[in-house]
Amino acid sequence: MADLPTSSKSAEMLDTATIRRIADMKGKYPEARSAVLPSLWAVQDKLGYLPTWSLEAVASQLGLLPSDVEAVSSFYSMYFNHRPGRHIVQVCLNVSCGLRGADELLEQLRESLELDDEGNTPDGSFTIEGTVECLGACGGAPMLQVDRYSYVDLTPETAVELVQGIRAEDGRRR
Amino acid sequence: MTESGLVLTRHHGAPDQTTLAGYERVGGYGALRRAVQIGPDEVAVQVKASGLRGRGGAAFPTATKWSFLPKETFPRYLCVNADESEPGCFKDRVLMEEYPHQFLEGVLIAAFALRVTHSFIYIRGEYRSQRELLERAVEEVYRAGYAGRDVLGSGWGCELIVHGGAGAYICGEETALLESLEGRRGQPRLKPPFPAVKGLYGQPTVVNNVETLSNLPFIVEQGGAAYAATGTEASPGTRLFCVSGHVEHPGTFEVPMGRTTFRDLVELAGGVWKGRKFKAMQPGGGSMQILGPEHLDTPLDFKAVADAGSSLGAGALVVMDESTCVVNVAMRLVDFYRHESCGKCVPCREGTYFESELMHRLEAGVATRSELADLSDVCANMDGRCFCPLGDTATWFVMSAYRRFPEEFEMHCGAGVCPVRYRQEVMV
Ligand SMILES: Cc1cc2nc3c(=O)[nH]c(=O)nc-3n(C[C@H](O)[C@H](O)[C@H](O)COP(=O)(O)O)c2cc1C
Ligand code: SF4
Ligand code: FES
Repeated sequence: MADLPTSSKSAEMLDTATIRRIADMKGKYPEARSAVLPSLWAVQDKLGYLPTWSLEAVASQLGLLPSDVEAVSSFYSMYFNHRPGRHIVQVCLNVSCGLRGADELLEQLRESLELDDEGNTPDGSFTIEGTVECLGACGGAPMLQVDRYSYVDLTPETAVELVQGIRAEDGRRR
Repeated sequence: MTESGLVLTRHHGAPDQTTLAGYERVGGYGALRRAVQIGPDEVAVQVKASGLRGRGGAAFPTATKWSFLPKETFPRYLCVNADESEPGCFKDRVLMEEYPHQFLEGVLIAAFALRVTHSFIYIRGEYRSQRELLERAVEEVYRAGYAGRDVLGSGWGCELIVHGGAGAYICGEETALLESLEGRRGQPRLKPPFPAVKGLYGQPTVVNNVETLSNLPFIVEQGGAAYAATGTEASPGTRLFCVSGHVEHPGTFEVPMGRTTFRDLVELAGGVWKGRKFKAMQPGGGSMQILGPEHLDTPLDFKAVADAGSSLGAGALVVMDESTCVVNVAMRLVDFYRHESCGKCVPCREGTYFESELMHRLEAGVATRSELADLSDVCANMDGRCFCPLGDTATWFVMSAYRRFPEEFEMHCGAGVCPVRYRQEVMV
């Protein structure tokens, strides 16, 4: 934690586009505090997660205490306080997906991607979450989301293909 | 009543319903114009005549909820509940994906009738593409002058703000939603005061569900009576039911209330899959009680389903075939509640933890009979004693399943036999 900036400096570490997005959102709501969730999204979209200094930065932009912002960021499951893999894959294991083979699908993904205990691939390209929250696409069960976009009507095989395809695409782009 | 008897999906098949131009071609935003002509009070009269009841789960009459707003208190707010995360529910997603402008017109009609200056659409964080689509539609709406200042020359203006959640089922509960929208942890507030009196920023606020509001264009255009006539007297209107699980063709189906049965819904979805036998179903979403084959002919009527011991809840139907282990299903649901308990009150926080630990031991075949007896005890101590309905409902499925299939639960104890799996293994 030696490189933690002081709170007055932390705001300067946010890029100007993100700061502008936060200011815009602050102006949109009758009360500035309502901009906390969208501001955290803006930061996470930019950095991939929410380092401690960024919470201080958001707090100072919105005129709140860092602890107010931290209380929010820690409540919601989609905010990360550590850097996850480049892509987040969420496999729905709730009832409708479970009834149509979601467990086998996750198992197959685990095996083919050689995930560690935290669900990360060794190369840092994916974090796989076996979350149990229904993702609102039960009509296409089993399903998963990659970076919050849904892919439905999967089989273990097509799920593995999908993820491998994303990896190959990333490789080509780099 | 339209020839088809459909309300929400009556524009199905018409091109470009996701664009303003496409929606205007089928008469879209005509209902908003009409609302502005007849005035806010007459809109409320039509909504009352329609008999519309909330589609978010509690089925509270919409016009009655609106009438609770104190007459002279301003500003007041409309918050649209697009947090849809009840297990088995995906209708609000479909309505926003396929008919976003019908939905936004409904939001604006409600906002006009209620004279609110800001309408917020709280959409769950996982609905990313749906949110992007909605934001594009909102931009179109502003450009066309249906939102913003002085809508259609009425002197009334309204801002439309799409607000994304970040992964918390509890934010679907209306007061938790308000907390979240105010930039706090999504934990429920004590009621009363109800949001209609003291809601967002302490001002009068109406919280309505996406499907509820998507009905308003039809109601204003054709009149409340025409809407009511699509259903029965006790259950007016239609609903978009989500059918999933062990059916051939899962999906959403709009059907008239009261005149349709669970069996009809299963048949619309292609029947039980793989030629297998029906075992049980869960209507209403993850919170509701399990029903059996003897309830297949129950009409989709609020009272009839309540008499059968369950609820239509948020309009879901999960079908389970003969190969389903209900212990496994109950385990998934209690895991969900444990994960989603907001932690504010003890019975729910500790109770869902206990339930989930026990169900895992049961499913693994290592729980004892006395532990199973504790389950009933713990659930009895949760139901009715939790701060908000999440904790109460976290016991409903598991207890109803235990009552209906006691032998299935008991055989999992000690010896560790899943009778369903055992039967299947013997069969092959
Ligand atoms: C735990 C819990 C979760 C809920 N989730 C939702 C939801 O995702 N969407 C929804 O519209 N209503 C949900 N509700 C119901 C809302 O509190 C509220 O009754 C509803 O949004 C009111 O809208 P309506 O009158 O149009 O039905 C939930 C309630 C509880 C207790
Ligand atoms: S019942 Fe559960 S979700 Fe509701 S307030 Fe208590 S802990 Fe939170
Ligand atoms: S159960 Fe998986 S999307 Fe609903």
